[in-house]
Amino acid sequence: MRTAGIDIGSITAKAAILDTGKILGTRVSFTGYNVEIAAKKVFEDLLEELGLKAQSIERIVSTGYGRNGVAFAHKAMTEIICHGTGAHYLNPRVRTVIDVGGQDSKALLVDENGAVKDFVMNDKCAAGTGRFLEVMARAMEVNLDDFGALSLNAGSPSKISSICTVFAESEVISLISKGEVRENIIAGIHDSAASRVYAMAQRIGATPPIMMTGGVAKNIGMVRALEKKFNQTIEVSDLAQVNGAIGAAVLAGRL
Amino acid sequence: MSTQEQKNKRKFRSAGRMREIMTEYYIEAKSASQTGKPVAWITSGGPVEPLIVMDVIPVYPENYGAMIGASHMGSDLCAKAEAMGYSMDLCSYARADIACALENGGPIGGLPKPDMLVCCNNICGTVLKWYEIQARYFNVPLFIFDTPFCHTGFSDAARTYVRKQIDEYIDFLETVCRKKFDLDKSIEVGHRSIQGQRLWQKVLDTATHKPSPMTAFDAFFFLALIVTLRGTQTVVDYYTELLDEMNERIEQGIGAIENERYRILWDNLPIWYRLKWLSEKFASHDACLVADTYTTAWCGTMKYIDENNFIDSMAEAYTRIYLNIGVDEMAESVLGMIDKYEVDGVVMHSNRSCKPYSFGQYDIQQIIQKEKGLPCMMIESHMVDERSFSESQVDARIDAFMEIVSQRK
Ligand code: SF4
Repeated sequence: MRTAGIDIGSITAKAAILDTGKILGTRVSFTGYNVEIAAKKVFEDLLEELGLKAQSIERIVSTGYGRNGVAFAHKAMTEIICHGTGAHYLNPRVRTVIDVGGQDSKALLVDENGAVKDFVMNDKCAAGTGRFLEVMARAMEVNLDDFGALSLNAGSPSKISSICTVFAESEVISLISKGEVRENIIAGIHDSAASRVYAMAQRIGATPPIMMTGGVAKNIGMVRALEKKFNQTIEVSDLAQVNGAIGAAVLAGRL
Repeated sequence: MSTQEQKNKRKFRSAGRMREIMTEYYIEAKSASQTGKPVAWITSGGPVEPLIVMDVIPVYPENYGAMIGASHMGSDLCAKAEAMGYSMDLCSYARADIACALENGGPIGGLPKPDMLVCCNNICGTVLKWYEIQARYFNVPLFIFDTPFCHTGFSDAARTYVRKQIDEYIDFLETVCRKKFDLDKSIEVGHRSIQGQRLWQKVLDTATHKPSPMTAFDAFFFLALIVTLRGTQTVVDYYTELLDEMNERIEQGIGAIENERYRILWDNLPIWYRLKWLSEKFASHDACLVADTYTTAWCGTMKYIDENNFIDSMAEAYTRIYLNIGVDEMAESVLGMIDKYEVDGVVMHSNRSCKPYSFGQYDIQQIIQKEKGLPCMMIESHMVDERSFSESQVDARIDAFMEIVSQRK
C-alpha cells in the first residue's frame, strides 16, 4: 500500500511517500501563508519527482500546525504522535524524541512499540525554538545555515541569561558592542536555547537513546550543545526534518 | 431523537433558577446603600459565616472576576491595571478588580461599594496587598484573617493562633456593624453552611457515575452559590434541587456529553473566557471532564468541622484548605480523586495568575505519573486575561493528549 504524510509546519511544509513501509521519497518546501496551497504543492512536487499519480496514494495523514487545513488528507494527527512514530520507524531503539521546530519545541517518550507515553511542549514563548535561533542569527548577521557550525569554534561561550527572545537579542547586541568574539556569542546563544530544551525534556524524564528531529536538528551547534547538557550522544537522522511527515505516512498505513 | 432534542435533554433544568438566584443576589447587593444593609468584600476562601450571622451582604471580587473573564472583559481591564502601574505577572483577578473599582466598568456596572473588607490569606499572599489597596481606595476598615501555611499537618500553636482571630473577627464585625454577634444564630448558620457543603459534595459525587451526569464545566457554573451564599438556606434548597436533578439524569442515563469514552480530571481554576471552546474541544474527543480540584475546594475541609462547635472548628477548616497545604498533601488528594472518579488522564491549567495553585503542579504531575501512570497535560494561561491564551498551541496539545489517552485505553 502506498501512503503519504504531509507535515505543515509554521515555516516549512514537508511530504513523505511510503510504499508498504519503504520510503519512496521526501520533500521540503516553504509554507507561505496558505496552508492548503502549500500542502498541495509539496505533495504534487513530490509525486512528480517520483513519477507517481495522486490516485496511486491510498491513504494520506496530515500533521503539524496546518494539519486541519489539508483537505485532501484522510485524517489529521498531531505532530506528537507523528514524530514518535517517525522516530520509531527510523530507529526502533529510540526512547526519547526531541523535536525542535520553527515555533515550538517538544520532547516525547516512546515505548518499544513506538507508542508515545508522555510529552511536553514549550510554553507560549519562542525561547528554545527555531525562531529564537533565527532572530539571533539575524542579529549576528550570520547565515542561519552556518550559525550552528560557527558555535563549535568558540573558545569560551558567552553567557546569555535572558530567556526572552527580545531581551536575549538586546543582550547579544550589547555583547557585540563590547567586542566579544563572535563565535563565543553564537555558542552562548546555542547554550541558552539548549538549556531551555533540556529543562523541558527533563520534566518528563528523558531516557536514552535520544533522537533529535525537526528543522533545528540540522543545526550542529544545537545538537552539540544538547549533547553536552544530556551528557550523551544524540542521534540525528538525515531525515530529521521530514520525520513528522514520515511518521504521518506510517500512521496512514494503519488507517 | 434529533441532535437538537438530545442537546436539549442534556441541558440543566436548574440552570435557570441558578441565574435567578445570582441576579437577585447582585440586585440586593447593589441596592444595599438604599436598604441600609452593610456590604463586605471578602476573599473566596474567607470565613463568610460570621458575615451571614451579622446580616452583612458578602460580595466576592473573585466571583466577579470570573464574570469579567466569562464576559470577555478581562484583557481590557487587565491592560488598564497595567497602565496604572501593576505588573502583568499579578493575578488577573486582582488586576481586573483594581481597574474595575476605578472605572465602575465591568459586568453589571461594577460591584457595590464595600463598607468593610475581609481578607483571608488561606488562598494566597496576593489578596493581602490587593485588599490593602482597596481599603485605601474605598477608605473602609479591613480585617485580615491570617492563616499560617500548613506544610504538614496543623499544629496546636496554629490552632490557638487562628482561633484567637475568630474572636477578633467577631469584635471587628460588632464594631463596624454596631451590633452584637448573635451566638444562637451563628449555630444555625454553621449548620446550614455544613449542610450546603455536604450537598455540594454530593452533587460533585454524582460524577462518579458512568456516564457522568455533569462535567467540571457545569460544576464551574453551579459553584457560584457555595462560594457566595454559604451558610444561607438558599444554598441548601438549591443544591437539594440540583442533586435531585443529577440523580434523575443518572436514572434516565443522561450523560453530560453525548458519548463519554474518556474521563478526565481538571486541575486549577477554569479558563473563564474559554469554557465553551474547551468543553466542545474535549467533547469532540468523547472526553468528559468529570471532576476538578477547584470546585472541590469549597467542601474539601468538612472533615475538620465539628457540626456542634462550628465557630471553634472553623479555624482549622479554613486554614487547611487546598491552597494552603503542602504539595504532598495536595498530590494525595489528587490521587484520591483519580481513583474516586476513575479518570483516564489529568489536565493541568498552569495558571500564571495563581501562583499557589500552579507552583507545585510539575511535582504533582510526576507523582501522578509515578503512582498511577496516567497521562497529564499542561495548559499555560491566565484565568481572566485572554491575551495569555494561545489557541493553536492548546488545540494541538489537547489533540496529542487525547491521542495518548485513547492509545492507552
Ligand atoms: S492568586 Fe490565586 S488564590 Fe489569589 S486571588 Fe488570584 S486566583 Fe485567587
